[in-house]
Amino acid sequence: MKDVRDALMIGHRSDGSTVRRPLSPHLQVYRPQLTSVLSIANRLSGIAISVGTLLLVWWLVASAGSPKGFAAMQGFMGSWFGLLLLFLWTGALVYHFVGGLRHLAWDAGYGYDLPQVYASGYAALAATAVLTVAIWIVGLLVWG
Amino acid sequence: MSDQVKIQVMRSQLGRARGMGSAKSGTHHWWAERVTAIALIPLVIWFVFAVIHLAGQPQAAVQHWVAHPVNTVLLLALVAMTFHHMQLGLQVVMEDYIHAQQWQAIAILLNKAIALFLGLLCAVSILRMAFTA
Repeated sequence: MKDVRDALMIGHRSDGSTVRRPLSPHLQVYRPQLTSVLSIANRLSGIAISVGTLLLVWWLVASAGSPKGFAAMQGFMGSWFGLLLLFLWTGALVYHFVGGLRHLAWDAGYGYDLPQVYASGYAALAATAVLTVAIWIVGLLVWG
Repeated sequence: MSDQVKIQVMRSQLGRARGMGSAKSGTHHWWAERVTAIALIPLVIWFVFAVIHLAGQPQAAVQHWVAHPVNTVLLLALVAMTFHHMQLGLQVVMEDYIHAQQWQAIAILLNKAIALFLGLLCAVSILRMAFTA
């Protein structure tokens, strides 16, 4: 044992011999469920939109800067790759937003029953899809 | 020997009274994450509409829009709340997944530095447009 925490992983077989058991919850052992998948998705979407803030920074810096820089920024955002990044960014933002609302409700003490957790989970997925597409339909109509 | 059970805990009375545990801090981080999250609810909704409105607009129009005092203030608030919330959230991820103490400390400091740098970069750009456009 390298770490005292390893002591917590020692279990006993039915014959009494010791066995090293994994700590719970262990991702490789647990079947993915809506609750766990949406939980880690909240984290991953948060990391994704954190990287995505670079687009916000570029937009603001370029808008305040030279016309050449602004044209380069607008050209990138309007390219297929820029639009793809913006679309993924929108999806991650909307999911993190909706997932955040679930977390705030939990913090206030609501929605802990298992059926409610599943209902709000599916609602979050549906809302993410609908809102992301809706934002882009309106956005492309205004832009085009 | 009395029959009263005595529980010996190796902890100072001051530490017990403070109730901070081994993390040496209370609920401030958690609470700040919630406060910034709540602030971001209206700000993000406003921002999505703003971006849709500004998509494909010429630079002068964007600058003119940013220079409106209401938009200037809301953008500054959005940037402050976004980068504060981002820093708080990423720090928790680092605390959970980076186990080597020195790398965790370095990552958390870098996270703070980058969040502050990007936030100030946004704020200065917004103010530049507000005062020159």
